[in-house]
Amino acid sequence: MAEAHPVGFQWVMEAKKRGAKVIHVDPRFTRTSAMAHTHVPIRVGTDIAFLGGIVNYVLSGELDFREYLLAYTNAATIVSEDYVDAEEFDGLFSGFDPDTRTYDTRSWQYAQQEHTGNSEAGTHQQRETASSMQHETHGAQMPGFPPRDETLQHPNCVYQILKRHFARYTPEMVERICGVSQEAFLEVCHAWTENSGRDRTTALVYSVGWTQHSVGVQYIRTGAILQLLLGNMGRPGGGIMALRGHASIQGSTDIPTLYNLLPGYLPMPHATDHPDLQSWVDKVRQPGAKGFWSNADAFAISLLKSYWGDAATAENDYCFDYIPKLTGDHGTYRTVLDMIDGKVKGYFLLGQNPAVGSAHGRAQRLGMANLDWLVVRDLFEIESASFWKNSPEVETGEIVPEECATEVFLLPAASHVEKEGTFTQTQRMLQWREKALDPRGDCRSELWFFYHLGRLLRERLAGSTEERDRPLLDLAWDYPVHDSGPASGEWAEPSAEAVLMEINGYEVATRRPLSSFNEMKADGSTVGGCWIYTGVFADGVNQAARRKPGSEQSWVAPEWGWAWPANRRILYNRASADPDGKPWSERKAYVWWDEEAGQWTGHDVPDFEKTKPPSYRAPEGAEGVKAIEGVDPFIMQGDGKGALYVPQGLIDGPLPTHYEPVESPFRNALYGQQANPTRKQYSRDDNPLNPSPPSSEEAVAVFPYIFTTSRLTEHHTAGGMSRYLQYLSELQPEMFVEVSPELAAERGLVNGGWCHVVTARSAVEGRVLVTDRLRPLRVEGRVVHQVWLPYHWGTGGMVTGDSTNDLFGITLDPNVLIQESKVGTCDVRPGRRPTGPALREYVEGYVERAQANDGAPVVTADADAVRASQAVADRGEQA
Amino acid sequence: MAREWLGWPVLRQLTGRDFLGRGPAVRSANTDEISARTETADRVARSVCPYCAVGCGQKVYVKGEQVIQIEGDPDSPISRGRLCPKGSASKNLVTSPLRQTKVRYRRAYGTEWEDLDLETAMNMIADRVVSTRAETWQDVDEHGRRVRRTLGIAGLGGATLDNEENFLIKKLFTAMGAVQIENQARI
Ligand code: SF4
Repeated sequence: MAEAHPVGFQWVMEAKKRGAKVIHVDPRFTRTSAMAHTHVPIRVGTDIAFLGGIVNYVLSGELDFREYLLAYTNAATIVSEDYVDAEEFDGLFSGFDPDTRTYDTRSWQYAQQEHTGNSEAGTHQQRETASSMQHETHGAQMPGFPPRDETLQHPNCVYQILKRHFARYTPEMVERICGVSQEAFLEVCHAWTENSGRDRTTALVYSVGWTQHSVGVQYIRTGAILQLLLGNMGRPGGGIMALRGHASIQGSTDIPTLYNLLPGYLPMPHATDHPDLQSWVDKVRQPGAKGFWSNADAFAISLLKSYWGDAATAENDYCFDYIPKLTGDHGTYRTVLDMIDGKVKGYFLLGQNPAVGSAHGRAQRLGMANLDWLVVRDLFEIESASFWKNSPEVETGEIVPEECATEVFLLPAASHVEKEGTFTQTQRMLQWREKALDPRGDCRSELWFFYHLGRLLRERLAGSTEERDRPLLDLAWDYPVHDSGPASGEWAEPSAEAVLMEINGYEVATRRPLSSFNEMKADGSTVGGCWIYTGVFADGVNQAARRKPGSEQSWVAPEWGWAWPANRRILYNRASADPDGKPWSERKAYVWWDEEAGQWTGHDVPDFEKTKPPSYRAPEGAEGVKAIEGVDPFIMQGDGKGALYVPQGLIDGPLPTHYEPVESPFRNALYGQQANPTRKQYSRDDNPLNPSPPSSEEAVAVFPYIFTTSRLTEHHTAGGMSRYLQYLSELQPEMFVEVSPELAAERGLVNGGWCHVVTARSAVEGRVLVTDRLRPLRVEGRVVHQVWLPYHWGTGGMVTGDSTNDLFGITLDPNVLIQESKVGTCDVRPGRRPTGPALREYVEGYVERAQANDGAPVVTADADAVRASQAVADRGEQA
Repeated sequence: MAREWLGWPVLRQLTGRDFLGRGPAVRSANTDEISARTETADRVARSVCPYCAVGCGQKVYVKGEQVIQIEGDPDSPISRGRLCPKGSASKNLVTSPLRQTKVRYRRAYGTEWEDLDLETAMNMIADRVVSTRAETWQDVDEHGRRVRRTLGIAGLGGATLDNEENFLIKKLFTAMGAVQIENQARI
């Protein structure tokens, strides 16, 4: 955090000053470790084993926050008796189909609700469409009142299942798998549990490198389980803080430019599942479920109205049919492979540099070299714009400029000070930026580019009778413009504030801005581009532009910017009060029920219906918002409870399970199933994987070391915003490879000299940096070395170097289709790598020695266990 | 010589009342003549750092239609006026001599960049979208399901774009029938 989010880290230092204990778990000793009380080095890719060990410590010692747990989580909920845990099936849950490598999830459901699960075909489709991302806000949509056992004794209640699932995650096991001493591990256990409860809360902070694993979602799930067990969610000083890495990456998921989402986490419709408006909306809101997603029809129709304005009417399903439909995986990695295969013709890169920033750089560049046309919009001439003349593949002869047919348009972009608009930072807070000055020359904003591209397309298609052109011609695309500066007249800059107003939503008849998503209607009388952002323009005022100094307001600072939803700064904050609505303790008071006033009150906007008392119980047969009881803080979940166990929405299992990284030198010590059995894999010759057990020892030994990557304080991801700047280039001028003194001795590496790192994809070189910030770990009784690399360099900019992401292959988390790019195996050699065509020969030699292209089996659990797991699904089928 | 020594700031600091050297001891006539460039700026815009997601507040000082300074905004309850090395370098980001200010065009099989004016480039891009879309259009997929889309056009956006920009991008792509629009958020 001190390295990648330095200014955010000041708050950790403030907490430390006030007595907080700071623990840093990281493979490498960093500036964060230097300021922490304890640094715990860990083997990369073993976080579920580590956190699962703490879960086991809590459960076996009964150290959970019992009152919170019983009232606010699904600990007491009873799961179907068909459910069989990974403990029994060698690392697989019940319902596994080895052919599609997905689960029939019916046996994972709560008791009496087995029908709400998915057949394995349904789960396969969910993986293809990364559907778990929708659950980012809407959670599982199961019927609202599952059976419970408040004594937590029922053998199939979530609490007991959890206990059995994690029972083997002992301190000894943690030591064996993670390379963390039992002593260090127990110190973390003690600190975490002692600092949680009525009076105290513990925060879990992660950076989004956590998501870049084949089990990334389950990493975060393990953290969520722990924080729920200890009562740390929805409370001040608690929670799980995702430190996102880009100015508006939160905004980019809220108002997504993602293939599987529409604004506000509404799913992009699927050709089979969502043939019409009704089925689409019903899939989201799941009749019978509790919670605010029951209003999904109002959110969805308001969005359609914002897209197609007057053309969207009740008669035509509000133009639902105009939305293109998904049929499978259309993610960025699938798309790049399709470029290589010649299926994709045109590509827009908008402030993004995949030639350096995406996994498997060579595939990215070969894909771009096979397009008809490419539009790059950026501040600088980044590698993704110039791949045809100076990429590593030009050096190896794989891209020959005279033979590369891709037309490239490099359009200069306006910088953050040359345009107005909002970023959504990592706490879901929108901050409006004022424009400081006009952009120079041809520099323009994305807003300008897309507005005018849309205008030109509509001009060209005007008068078309083709049915496919209706969505463009009927599009609501008339934004007011700023008619001044270099962009004027026909080419003027559209008003970002007008777009923000459309996002916020308004009443069609009066154009009155909505102040809350509760005002959205399903009858076409409201427009609203992103329902969770409604309120950002409440009362016609740009709330994101609020700048009341922090020193002049409360510590929650509600009048600086605007946080979604409804300007709440802590989500699910109803949980900061006990079931009766009283603060758990004075010290941790945040939001509470004011009996006299008959409403919720406190330091923040209550995340609960303002006047619904803690004593409220749902009437028989209630659903939606009415079904949320006074003690259900998790108002977006179908049962109102925090999910320790997740019956729906996850592809790889209802509980996190330790699987080895896809590339690992070690056999899974807990289960026969080596790595995530449901991971998304693209087995092709141009995407070879380094071998892992149970492949032969000789093959695995070709890549004996583990490597990981992260950022330097002085650079920004793919370097497009840092390598082209004098100061930052001077501060960190050169690509390097950090190794321990022990590994340096083993491989003959000299500090300051050259070395190169090799995988089945490529070899990259850098200067050797020998430090004891990296320590060899003892794992499974033997020593393992970890290598660390920053990933900021490429062929462009003031300082150049090899791109670390060239080392990774493409394997994805099955839930969200994010690549495993924080861990892999490698070889490290002294000296520089070969250049020109010799580089490919060199890498191919490794591939051959490691038999890296032989397609090692993914399902490695015991064959009987696989059969037994599948049999559970078959039983369900017959029933 | 002696007079010169007597004027030496360290001596002034050690012998005077301003022992820490934070006040009169370090002032000179020259000090009084100069002022911070932030004081003489034509205007200040309240902005936000474009790098990581902490969202530190920035004040952007403009003079003569040039950015002359970018500083941390002390009013921000998040950052309290601080900026890290990247945030502090953001004036360098917006004023870097390496910034592209002209459209560049590489024709198929070309070996060099060529110039193109912005309007021409926009029209050429629009032409390509129209024709690629027509060539790759699918009303139904290979299983006969209604999809009305193109898989011939894709996009990948950075996560330093504004919400308003992302909104228009998704809106236009959806209306074009292009589903393969992705973002750093997937990476
Ligand atoms: S100044 Fe540094 S910490 Fe603050 S937002 Fe910018 S990059 Fe992040």
